[in-house]
Amino acid sequence: MDLSQLDLRNLGLLFNQLLTSFGVPPAVVPIIGSLLGALLLLIFALTLVLGLVWFERKIAARIQDRFGPNRVGPFGLLQTIADALKLLTKEDITPTNADRVTYNLAPALAVFHVIMALAVIPFANNVIGANINVGVMYIIAFGSIGSMAALMAGWSSNNKYALLGGFRVVAQLLSYEIPLGLAMMIPVLAAGTMNMNELAEAQYRYAGFGWYIFVMPTAFFIFLVATLAEGERAPFDLLEAESEIVAGFNIEYSGMKFAWFFLAFFLNSWVLAAIATTVFLGGWQGPFVDQIPALGVIYFLTKTLVVFWLLAWIRATFPRLRIDQMMSYCWKFLVPLALVLFMVTAVVLKLNLPHPLEGIVLLAANVVLLLGAWWLLGREQRKQIGASKRAFTPEIPRL
Amino acid sequence: MLSEYGFIAALGIIAFIFPFVGVAAAWLLRPKRPDPIKNSAYECGVETIGDTWVQFRAQYYLFALIFVIFDIEAIFLFPFAVAFKEVGLFAVVEAFLFIMILILGLVYAWKKGALEWQ
Repeated sequence: MDLSQLDLRNLGLLFNQLLTSFGVPPAVVPIIGSLLGALLLLIFALTLVLGLVWFERKIAARIQDRFGPNRVGPFGLLQTIADALKLLTKEDITPTNADRVTYNLAPALAVFHVIMALAVIPFANNVIGANINVGVMYIIAFGSIGSMAALMAGWSSNNKYALLGGFRVVAQLLSYEIPLGLAMMIPVLAAGTMNMNELAEAQYRYAGFGWYIFVMPTAFFIFLVATLAEGERAPFDLLEAESEIVAGFNIEYSGMKFAWFFLAFFLNSWVLAAIATTVFLGGWQGPFVDQIPALGVIYFLTKTLVVFWLLAWIRATFPRLRIDQMMSYCWKFLVPLALVLFMVTAVVLKLNLPHPLEGIVLLAANVVLLLGAWWLLGREQRKQIGASKRAFTPEIPRL
Repeated sequence: MLSEYGFIAALGIIAFIFPFVGVAAAWLLRPKRPDPIKNSAYECGVETIGDTWVQFRAQYYLFALIFVIFDIEAIFLFPFAVAFKEVGLFAVVEAFLFIMILILGLVYAWKKGALEWQ
């Protein structure tokens, strides 16, 4: 086992060799390997959430001109651990007449769907939990389980507001899955594969300018807005907002079960940011990543943190949208834009232009489509503002 | 490729059991003093009036229906997107017609008011 073989890509094989050398029967080796890898991923996710909650609270605080947590530990870094310990020891109040099975299953499903999505995210070249050929479709499939968890939470708490909150959450989450899926399909058109690792690999051109965000920024915009909505983040967090008195489907949860929803919320944002990084920002690509594969992990984590910071920035900046504005934005703006963008991308890619030209034509088409869509939206909004002004202008009586 | 799904199965088992382990750990550590007022439904301090499971609005059903249609469309576009490099111009025109028919459906639903309210 010389050092030249100590490559991240061979880590799995090395581990399997190690186990067989200990005398473990060869049928059991992949099972142990998978279980250990899964545990490692879980531990990574949990430690990550501790840092993410702190990060987001600091960002939101600084944007609001205050300090954020800075008492517990240096720079408030241990604040999340203190919060977790507090939630661990809180009494678990189950409402009377709550549906026991779904009430207990809902937070478990919320955490489940987020951790499962981590299995197909490439942290470096070929360092991926399961290198399956349908990575993108896997992610979209597990995204649907999250909305199911929210509905179960709303239904099983014996509470009208939780139920209404649950309905609205499902309407929002389902609606925004369409733009999410379509926006993820557009890079798949360009790369020709749904494998997440190969999607990251396909963005190798032009030392960073071949990333799909530079070639198809409209798809990234649609994906970003759909990410905000799928993660129930502001400006789409009408249903779960902490400043609302009735906090949506989370009302009747306390203690550890609430902690699971909280964890699922932050981890979901990070996972969606990681997916955005892989599909649009080139994942683990960066300078010298071919010579030193371990650099891929650093590039991936940095890029994901930048996207997460962007999500936290947007959360601290924009006011909330009403539910009808949210749904109109999805069905009347994002879905038609995504479908038209898909068609245009398919046509441009089929022309088989030489590479720099293809990228420039795609970029031009994207920019034109986005600006055109915004112009149409602006026209529609001006019409609506005009109509509402006319409705509220009082009739001045002529004497 | 099929062996890769073993990891997903392992992660599925671990990710599903883990929240219950956490709740069990909390059960050991937390106080248990159920009280009829604590256990009643939260409604900003007032008593609940009427049945809890309110009637389901029909608008949600319409949105779910439209979602199903477009989700199936998106699913049909997935294999097209993956096989895109190998198919010829014929498939592009076909997909174009498919998307146009569905956009027509969206415009119809829009004009009929199925996308209104919420």
